[in-house]
Amino acid sequence: MVELKVDCAGKNCPVPLIEMRKAIKKAAKGDVVEITGDHPASKKEIPMAVESLGQELVGVTESGGMWTIRIRKVKE
Amino acid sequence: MADKTTIVVHSGDMDKIYSALIIGSGSLSMGMDVSLYFTFWGLQRLKKNGLDKGPLSKMNMLGLGRWMIKKRMKAAGVEELYKLMADFRELGGKIIACDMTMDVMGISRSDLREDLIDEYGAVGTYVNEAKSSQITLFI
Repeated sequence: MVELKVDCAGKNCPVPLIEMRKAIKKAAKGDVVEITGDHPASKKEIPMAVESLGQELVGVTESGGMWTIRIRKVKE
Repeated sequence: MADKTTIVVHSGDMDKIYSALIIGSGSLSMGMDVSLYFTFWGLQRLKKNGLDKGPLSKMNMLGLGRWMIKKRMKAAGVEELYKLMADFRELGGKIIACDMTMDVMGISRSDLREDLIDEYGAVGTYVNEAKSSQITLFI
C-alpha cells in the first residue's frame, strides 16, 4: 500500500477538490491519499466528493486552521 | 452511466470563463462527465493565447478592474485559467466548439487551440449532450 500526500495549503476553490481527484486517479486500488489544506469549504466538500466517487473516507482531522483528509481508493 | 454537466459558454468575460471552468472541473472532481460548449464570445477564448484575455463582466474600467481582480485572485490562491483548463482536460472534460460562430466570425480551426477541442458541433450536439445531463447551465 502506498500513501500519496497532497499539499493544498494556501490554495482556494476549486484546487483542493481537483487535486484530490487527480490523486485518486493516480492511486492504485488500496492506496491512501492524504490531502492537507486550509480552504474551509473544501473540508466539507472533499468528503462529499469522496462519497460521490464511491471511495472510502478514512478520516478528517483539523488543527490550527489546517485540515487533513485521508481517503482510501477502494474502486477504479 | 455517470451523471453529467453540460455548460454553454456564451460569454468571453474573464470572470465567467472562471465560473465555467470551476463548475466544470468541480463536476469532474465529483465523478461526473462534463461538456463545455463554447459559442459566440466564449469561442474567442479558445483562440490561441486567448483564454485569459477577456474583460471583466462588471467594473472592467478599461482593464483596471480586471488587473485588480487578477492581483486579488493570485493573493487568495485562485489558480490561473490556463492551469484550470489543463486540469479540466486532465480529468477528462470535453470541449466543443460552435462551428456556426466560426463561420459568422470568420474563425478557422487553425486560429483555435485545436489541441483543446474534442469536437466541432452545432445546436444538435449541445441538445444531445444536454438531454442526458443532470446539470446544464448557460454562462
